[in-house]
Amino acid sequence: MHELGLMTGVLDAVDQAAADAGATKVLAISLSVGVMTEVIEEALEFAFEALSEGTICEGCELKVNMIEPRSHCLDCGLEFEHDRFHMLCPHCGSFATELIAGREMQIDSIEVDIPDDEDAPPHSEGR
Amino acid sequence: MQVEVNSPILAKNDELAAANRALFAEKRVFVLNILASPGSGKTSTILATIEALRDEFNIAVIEGDIASSVDSEKIKAQGIAAVQVNTGGACHLESRMIQRAVDVLDLDELDLILLENVGNLVCPTDFDLGENAKVMILSVPEGDDKPLKYPGVFQVSQAVILNKVDTMPVFDFKKDAFYESVERLNPQAPIFPISATTGEGVEAWAEWLASRVRSLH
Repeated sequence: MHELGLMTGVLDAVDQAAADAGATKVLAISLSVGVMTEVIEEALEFAFEALSEGTICEGCELKVNMIEPRSHCLDCGLEFEHDRFHMLCPHCGSFATELIAGREMQIDSIEVDIPDDEDAPPHSEGR
Repeated sequence: MQVEVNSPILAKNDELAAANRALFAEKRVFVLNILASPGSGKTSTILATIEALRDEFNIAVIEGDIASSVDSEKIKAQGIAAVQVNTGGACHLESRMIQRAVDVLDLDELDLILLENVGNLVCPTDFDLGENAKVMILSVPEGDDKPLKYPGVFQVSQAVILNKVDTMPVFDFKKDAFYESVERLNPQAPIFPISATTGEGVEAWAEWLASRVRSLH
């Protein structure tokens, strides 16, 4: 859909988190993206490559964890996984189901390199 | 070293949406986010809805379009406050644009804001604007297979309007197949078959909306 815009937001947040941790290099970024969103993994990767050039994220690994949809049946209580299209309860056939996973768009964590020089504390300290 | 971030990708949009939602709640204004394709009859449906509800509620419209003020002119011609938001190429409305648009409206005087999103069945689905409800309009000429091609928009909508039902004899629209697909994707959403131009079915749709607006008062 608008993966370039999404990735701009990701890199802004990652830059901030890396700076806060005093990191000089980002090694990996982990995202969770629900299958029920309109986000396309390939487009995210393309946007990442284009936007990360020349930043502390350049060349780092982008891990996109696609989250399969899961719903909860309000009638029989069953929790079940399903695809994008079939949300009715496989046990009792009820239509009254509630999506509990599959719409995520989240930055989970980053893997960073922090210089372990005792004389140079992370620059977020003392501010 | 691993650093936890745990932040939504759309954090900025979500924060502003929450602020919009709090403002609308404080002012007791019901905001309806309307999603549909270009040419599905969003503006005609809005005009028909205004006609049905203007005696009971004070209504304003926010028109999202890539360019032009054609739509807001049509609304203003009916004596209804309308704000045009030109996204300048962007395919969807974002919370920031809504925040600026409502700035020029007198929320104390309003009961209902109809928000016409940019004509697009994909991108607007993932952007929370702080609305009370999303509804989507599909028009008969677009075809009965659209729920299969664009499931997301049918799933995030609290109601589905099927517009231009008066053209059904001309198009090979399989109504049963359409109802079945929508029911499978979003069993809780009612479907309102209407013709915005002839007025057919508009009353039932308007009543569904009116009961939600009344619940705020």
